Amino acid sequence: MKTQATEQEMLLNRTGIMTNPELSAELIQGAKEAEPSPDGDLDDIAAKRAEYVEEALPIGSKPMPVAEGDITGAADAEAEGATDAGQALSLLLDKLGERLAFERQGTRLYEGVIQKCELIGDSEGGPSVADLRHIHDEEMEHFKMLQRVITEMGGDATVQTPSADIVGVLSHGILQVVSDPRTTMAQTLQAMLNAELADNDGWQMLITLATSLGRDDLEEDFEKALESEQEHLENVRGWLETLTLSEAQALPAAEDDAASERREHESRSAKKKSSSSRKKKKK
Amino acid sequence: MSLDLMKEKGVPLDRQKFNWRDIVQAPTSKLDDDAFTRVRIILMNGIESEALRFQHACARMNKELQLALAQVRRVEQHQQTMVNWLLPADLSPLETTIGFEQVAIEVTASVAQHEPDPYLAQVFRFGLLEDFDHMYRFSALMDRVGGGDSNNLLQSYTDILPGRPTSVEHRAPEDDLRKPYDRKQAHPITKLNAATIMAGEHQTHDYYMTIGPMFADPLARQLYAEIASIEEQHVTQYESIIDPEETWLEKWLLHEAAEIYNYFSCLTYESNPRVKAIWQRFCDYELGHLHFVLDVFRKHEKRDPAEFLPGSLPEPIEYKSHRDFVRETLAKEVDLRARGSKFIPKEEEKDDSPSVVYREQMNSNGSPSDVVAAGYKWKPGTELADETPDIKRLQKKIA
Repeated sequence: MKTQATEQEMLLNRTGIMTNPELSAELIQGAKEAEPSPDGDLDDIAAKRAEYVEEALPIGSKPMPVAEGDITGAADAEAEGATDAGQALSLLLDKLGERLAFERQGTRLYEGVIQKCELIGDSEGGPSVADLRHIHDEEMEHFKMLQRVITEMGGDATVQTPSADIVGVLSHGILQVVSDPRTTMAQTLQAMLNAELADNDGWQMLITLATSLGRDDLEEDFEKALESEQEHLENVRGWLETLTLSEAQALPAAEDDAASERREHESRSAKKKSSSSRKKKKK
Repeated sequence: MSLDLMKEKGVPLDRQKFNWRDIVQAPTSKLDDDAFTRVRIILMNGIESEALRFQHACARMNKELQLALAQVRRVEQHQQTMVNWLLPADLSPLETTIGFEQVAIEVTASVAQHEPDPYLAQVFRFGLLEDFDHMYRFSALMDRVGGGDSNNLLQSYTDILPGRPTSVEHRAPEDDLRKPYDRKQAHPITKLNAATIMAGEHQTHDYYMTIGPMFADPLARQLYAEIASIEEQHVTQYESIIDPEETWLEKWLLHEAAEIYNYFSCLTYESNPRVKAIWQRFCDYELGHLHFVLDVFRKHEKRDPAEFLPGSLPEPIEYKSHRDFVRETLAKEVDLRARGSKFIPKEEEKDDSPSVVYREQMNSNGSPSDVVAAGYKWKPGTELADETPDIKRLQKKIA
């Protein structure tokens, strides 16, 4: 005889206020009656943060070239208004380091997506393993191209630049979503959409920066990278949209009676349960 | 320069004051500060954490000491906070882990070289090779899951190589206990060494137990579960080398002396002036604690604390790369195993020995540390990176 519900059968999102209506009513009442301690507003928080902003040092220093590199382009930029060739190069290396870190992490992220796709199997309208492998390989190519570009400029391609550090912090959530075995392909693609959006803007910014610093020689490689990133973005966006819509279409237009009855029954039991647990507490 | 523990009184306990703004200072920089600044912060957090742990245990067993313990402990709490909060928010849990293992390697290497008791030096070297392996496994995790290079944290001070494989570090409890030093015979530095490494390992264990579930990747979750278990073994090992016959007050005084010794060591090597000022301040606070506890000791135990406390501090812990020593130890001792309190060559470990039986059970569904690092070889910029001309030139230059 089955005595205990399985974890699957117990699935019910309990986070909302309506899960335990009677308990919630008490909770709301209590909060309404209480006075804030102390009085004040968000200005206090702003003032506290201001103290730290005032004394804050940068996240880290921008990289400088370590070998004899080519700073001619940067020198040209100086003539056009940049304050110092070294600083310009340093800024460029910082942003190149950012893209390098992003592309390297992107490669690992797509490895995770590929593995998930292999396990779940191709879903209609979603990516195939071959599609994902294609993107993965391009992310890797971009990483290696950036390694070459940074090194040719006299930079150290292994430096974690401040901008690279920032994108590392930003992408932490993406990695968490992709590497979580519980996330669906649509949820995984949602994370990758964030990555691809940021990557597209990142490349555009890099092209603008390189051009403004007189590094037209980088344009061809970078434009090519941006083009493939635009393709990644379109694909990921398309797959996500298709998967989300197909999930909606898979739902019946109107709930069948059985499902409706079951939901009603669950709601009644939840109410009873919360009411009886409150009564017990009162006793 | 050394410090005379009896003459230097430091700051009296009642003048050790904090406020929240003072406790929460601007953090250090992950990118710009020297890796050893992070190493010192992580170790000192562990030292303070041990101060709290010990003082709570002591309070539970000694009613008459509870007030004095509570007074000192309140300051230790705030010292720990100020020190630990020096770590920046962009240092991820896995990056902090790399820092923890760098502590375990470089600090244990320094301690092992200064330890006068040959058996205990062997104990430290034994543990060192295991933490050395953890660095390799966590580096593989960082590289293969998130595309990160652990050397961004290590700054080339510490090697990223396999040590004694983590999968064979699992031992039966009876093979983790060592012989303690003799409280009456041991050299003072032996006691300070044991207290330091035990504190560091305990905090490492607690940290991995806290952050392990924060990872989404199942392999990362398994790896933290596995390595946290070894850290628990290490705490078992290192607490067993301390003489259990020391009285509670003797232990308390030794804890305070170890705190002074550690702050003093940090102070000697610190490159960040703001952090250095904190080490100086807390070195003075700890001197104040020592003298406060000395007064308590004199009231309760009618004997001379000089029987067991060092007059002056020994040579500070050396915050530098111990690469040569670690490599030499690795070459000679990687295949050692433990039987009871002894170390034996792996060939002497029998198939039915408690540790082998236990290990086979724990690894019966595979070892995450083997899985994560299968075929892994660290390269500058991660294993995905090409070898760029500057790296080739660098290698040529060294050759």
